[in-house]
Amino acid sequence: MELSYEVKDSYAEIRAAGRLNMVSAPKLREFVAGVVASGSSRIVVNLGETPFMDSSGLGALIGCLKVARQAGGDLRIAVVQPQVQMVLELTSMDRVLTAYASADEAFGDD
Amino acid sequence: MTRFWTRLIVVLTIVLGINYVAWRWAESLNWDAWWIAVPLVAAETYSLIDVVLFGMTVWRLKLREGAPPAPPGATVDVFITTYNEPLDLVMTTALAAKHIRHPHSTWILDDGARPELRRLAAQHGLGYVTRSEDWKDMPRHAKAGNLNNALMVTEGEFLLILDADQIPEPEILERTLGYFNSRDVALVQTPQYFSNVPTDDPLGSQAPLFYGPIQQGKDGWNAAFFCGSNAVLRREALMQLGLVGYVKETEKSIRRALAASQSAIRKARKSADSASPLVAQMLDEVEAATREARQQLDGGESLSEITYRVRRRVDQAVQALVQADVSALQADLEEIAAMELAHVGESGVPVVADDAVKRMSARDWSPLGAIESVQAVLDALSVERTGEAQPVMPLATISVTEDMATAMRMHGMGWRSVYHHEVLAYGLAPEDLATMLTQRLRWAQGTIQVMLRENPLVQRGLKWGQRLMYFATMWTYLSGFAAVIYFAAPIVYLLLGVLPVTSLSTDFFIRFIPFMVVNQLLFAVAGRGIPTWRGQQYSLALFPTWIKACTTAARNVWFGRPLGFAVTPKDRQTGGPSWSLIRPQIVVSVLLVVSAVVGLARLAAGLSEPIGTLVNVAWVVYDITVMSILVRAVLYKGFEPDTVPAEGLIDERKTSGT
Repeated sequence: MELSYEVKDSYAEIRAAGRLNMVSAPKLREFVAGVVASGSSRIVVNLGETPFMDSSGLGALIGCLKVARQAGGDLRIAVVQPQVQMVLELTSMDRVLTAYASADEAFGDD
Repeated sequence: MTRFWTRLIVVLTIVLGINYVAWRWAESLNWDAWWIAVPLVAAETYSLIDVVLFGMTVWRLKLREGAPPAPPGATVDVFITTYNEPLDLVMTTALAAKHIRHPHSTWILDDGARPELRRLAAQHGLGYVTRSEDWKDMPRHAKAGNLNNALMVTEGEFLLILDADQIPEPEILERTLGYFNSRDVALVQTPQYFSNVPTDDPLGSQAPLFYGPIQQGKDGWNAAFFCGSNAVLRREALMQLGLVGYVKETEKSIRRALAASQSAIRKARKSADSASPLVAQMLDEVEAATREARQQLDGGESLSEITYRVRRRVDQAVQALVQADVSALQADLEEIAAMELAHVGESGVPVVADDAVKRMSARDWSPLGAIESVQAVLDALSVERTGEAQPVMPLATISVTEDMATAMRMHGMGWRSVYHHEVLAYGLAPEDLATMLTQRLRWAQGTIQVMLRENPLVQRGLKWGQRLMYFATMWTYLSGFAAVIYFAAPIVYLLLGVLPVTSLSTDFFIRFIPFMVVNQLLFAVAGRGIPTWRGQQYSLALFPTWIKACTTAARNVWFGRPLGFAVTPKDRQTGGPSWSLIRPQIVVSVLLVVSAVVGLARLAAGLSEPIGTLVNVAWVVYDITVMSILVRAVLYKGFEPDTVPAEGLIDERKTSGT
């Protein structure tokens, strides 16, 4: 999985390209923790290039959400692909992690 | 009485043949010219083995009295296989099949899936089968695949298989079904006879020696071949063949997968990804499961049990892993909720249902998918034969000529076969050289494929007689290499004066001539007046085809290269005479003629001796006479219906019981 981030006006956008699975999940956790530690606690994870996510990947997203919240910020997801959307709905996590159409819209309301 | 004479001549041929060839090896080799002497004696040894195998075949010539009455309740499916043949040709055969007298169902097996043919079949009340959905993106296996597909959707106890051009007689089933009263008979083959061939048979289409003494002789050894068409097969035998093949293939692939699992796990452990404790734990689980499976396989436990247990064990591990992920996630959510309730919604922390855990553990979403090599190994541990359209493949798919391989496997399982020597279907032979060459190449390639993949000499279950009967046919297809040497030897002598034997003295003639005479006599007596000359001509003249078949089949079997396989077209290819098809033969013929002229000139100049020159010029004349058939073949313009078709086999059916 290829991870990169870019600090925007009011948030940091993290791009996660590749399959978010048992192998890549720990890397995502580490990466997000690093971004939060560097001062950006408002995180948008852009999943536009993430075609697949398993239970470990989902666990990592929630773990990252916790880290962001603990730092007083939030974590939101954008450009969600069909399989990831199915996993979110199946596990009811769509009620916790709202999917936004684009990274810009994620923090559009506040 | 004929049998006595045949056997006497067989014995004489073998004795005189060994007498000649042993002398050739021991006494006559001209070592100064070893580069031609050794190949020539090797070619002669090849021919001796060929004639010994022929002698052995006709030793047990079986003339059957005809079958007992057909069992009245026997159910039969008649299969007409087609791919791209003209519709009226297919329908002519199909309608003739419909009028076969014994009760049966007629099916058109259309690998071309032509809507027009489907309509015609429905209009005439005929069954129509195309490949099922299962074949999508799977190996199609040509005609064998077509038949295997149809076997799954039909149910007759017996199957009559007809090529699209083989028009059956109404009595074909009545005359053959009775043989199946013996419970161990799996196959009854009848001759393939072509109605569009003139008396002189310029393309050598009829095979009276094969559909005659050779098949009758093989029948005597319980090794009559299945030839793809005009044969009745017992479904039970085919299905047994498919099941045995399925179990064998499955065990092989499971062993392979278990062996591969070890290295896959080792590799996964080495890669950086296994730093995660979850991954390491999964690998441990999979390793334990496959180790146990290997022990059970060696202990002889059933394949389905073993694979089921591996899968269940791995599935449970995966589910535990997903459950652990979910529990951790749930704990994180509780913490988040404790911090800031509003964000998780009014109804509290969402709970992941058990159904969701199961779904997340399924094959396609499983976290194990992250370790691709391990997942691939586990996928291979299946009893579903995922690389094929259907797990059970009754007709062998190891060769482009599925018939020979299938018959050999049937014989290996103890089934018997029958050759019924009576023409009961009339087919269409190719009417031009190009098509004929394609067809011969295909047959030869298929035969060589079987020889290389399942050599009859080492097949368990076959009796030695049967092994040699299969081997004999394969051996004849190696003749191309011998032919080249037989052409080269006289050229070398006449041009260069190099003789491969030490001398052409009385020693040579008293050994060679009796062998040659008795050899020709054997074909005459065993053939009982059948014209065999055309066959002899083509077995020598088509040497480029035979060589090409051997090299392409070897490349295919050993290196997985494609054969360049084409379906034999049943309608005539148009265009003028195509001399380019026989370019190698033209070159060889010109060389032969030139060397004869040069040889005679050398004789006139006193550079060579008369006997050697005479023998080699005679040899050249023989070679040219043999190859002259190709000129007629190239110029052949197709069958004119008003000429009289060849009579040989038709006459013979009247006398077959004698």
